[in-house]
Amino acid sequence: MSAAPAAPQPASAEPLGTAGALDLLLVPPRPRTGWRVLPARAGALCAVELQKLRHDRAELYTRAVQPALWLLIFGETFTRIKAIPTGGIPYIDYLAPGIIAQSAMFIAIFYGIMIIWERDSGILTKLLVTPTPRSALITGKAFAAGVKALIQAVVVIAIAALLGVALTWNPLKLIGVGVAVVLGSAFFSCLSMSIAGIVLTRDRLMGIGQAITMPLFFGSSALYPVSIMPGWLQAVSKANPLSYQVDALRGLLLGTPTHLGLDYGVLLLAAALGILAASSLLGRLAR
Amino acid sequence: MSDDDAVMCAGLEYAFGETRAVDGLDLSVTTGEVFGLLGPNGAGKTTAIRCITTLLPVPAGRIRVFGHDAAKERMAVRRLLGYVPQQLSADAGLTGRENVALFARVFDVPRRERARRVAQALYAVDLTEAADRMARTYSGGMIRRLELAQALVSAPRLLMLDEPTIGLDPIARTSVWEHINAVRRATGMTVLVTTHHMDEADQYCDRLALMHRGKIRALGTPQGLKSELRERRGPDDPPPTLEDVFRDVAGRGLDSEGGDFRDVRSTRRTAARLG
Ligand SMILES: Nc1ncnc2c1ncn2[C@@H]1O[C@H](COP(=O)(O)OP(=O)(O)OP(=O)(O)O)[C@@H](O)[C@H]1O
Ligand SMILES: [Mg+2]
Repeated sequence: MSAAPAAPQPASAEPLGTAGALDLLLVPPRPRTGWRVLPARAGALCAVELQKLRHDRAELYTRAVQPALWLLIFGETFTRIKAIPTGGIPYIDYLAPGIIAQSAMFIAIFYGIMIIWERDSGILTKLLVTPTPRSALITGKAFAAGVKALIQAVVVIAIAALLGVALTWNPLKLIGVGVAVVLGSAFFSCLSMSIAGIVLTRDRLMGIGQAITMPLFFGSSALYPVSIMPGWLQAVSKANPLSYQVDALRGLLLGTPTHLGLDYGVLLLAAALGILAASSLLGRLAR
Repeated sequence: MSDDDAVMCAGLEYAFGETRAVDGLDLSVTTGEVFGLLGPNGAGKTTAIRCITTLLPVPAGRIRVFGHDAAKERMAVRRLLGYVPQQLSADAGLTGRENVALFARVFDVPRRERARRVAQALYAVDLTEAADRMARTYSGGMIRRLELAQALVSAPRLLMLDEPTIGLDPIARTSVWEHINAVRRATGMTVLVTTHHMDEADQYCDRLALMHRGKIRALGTPQGLKSELRERRGPDDPPPTLEDVFRDVAGRGLDSEGGDFRDVRSTRRTAARLG
């Protein structure tokens, strides 16, 4: 391709300046400063995430399979045997918000592996040489994870609706759901990027990633109420942001009693701490 | 050590644990020139470049880029740089255009001129027609040119190219260099480049530095370096090539250091990823 004689060779044949065709490449863009940098970078990285999803729709479909199976098999079965005290609502309804949170978490946890892969392939290296503070890069990645998880949440909500789960269609509440999904994903992606900054290799991260997602998921209120857990697991659940995310989602989508103020407070704090931790560990990946 | 210099390094050191990759490097790159950094595998070229790009932390006062300290004014330095790392590093999951647009965005190119600027960068490296294909379908030479476009879109004053022609066939190599030169003619930017190809260094670089074990061992124009060796060897020997100069400087230590598995690995990985 590079040698195709038929292709126009503007750069090598003619000095570039003459036609004025490259005028913009002579002028550096005016830098954004102050608070505008962070949202601009986050926006750029979210845009990339959406572009990738557009090119690879298959990922969207394959990712929908697992939550659908959870709802279909686990949800339908446990609805019939009524083994879990859900406060009167069908178990599958109770489960749906948990599965939304679960699939969002799985997407977010993958970001640590992705950032190591981007380091190994030089993509991260190049981004680190742009005028992007490390915290902005991490915030961008965290929100990109949120965007991806949000799309996944829409898919899971649609599947749940098809399975007859009675979810709210109140737009304000749905926006609340979106915010909780984004904040939760921001935290879990930063958790995994922080671990990536500590262990530095993909193999080790894969092992740790699997080792933590399981207890995070089962040690939360995603599948069953905290009250039926043994005491020690209840303590784990209290420290687990996933529980707060599920609590918010359940309250908003099903109208169960909830503590929205606390839930959003914890999620916001967790996301902020996650961004802080991951940004300060990012330098290790640059070396 | 003038602030007009594009790059100034003074006593630069960087160690990975026990390995002193850069060990007292003094270097100054004059504005507007094409400066070639040569040296055997493991000489410390990539490490030096990564220090200058602010990727690796260095103490204040060691590196200046157009007068900005690489330790204290990182953002200012990065704004002046276009960087193409040693590995082929375009994002395979995006089109060529999207790859360049990302860099336009992170350099704050305003929305209204973004599309035009990206198109110009792609045009400058002759990728206009392939712009909307996925980067994973690009050949090695096209990826390198795409990376050049990514680096150019922010109108850098200093282009840092770490082995821009690594793994390319001779035609793709020439093409990459022709694009570098054409862009340089049009923009007057400074180029700092590393390479293992002596013919490229001879043909395209204004000045060369030969690096070995973390230090500069010889410095001059390609012609100057050759005639210097000729004078030392005497007029009876055949006229030395740049390769002879390279051997003369680096030869003594080459055996003990050899290649570097890490680089081989990363190159392979890139090859595998891009299919
Ligand atoms: N991330 C790293 N961790 C540990 N050692 C490293 C790292 N990067 C480089 N080194 C070591 O530092 C030395 C200099 O490496 P560097 O990559 O700078 O050499 P180079 O001149 O670019 O070589 P090449 O021509 O093979 O690209 C080598 O001995 C290398 O093994
Ligand atoms: Mg190198």
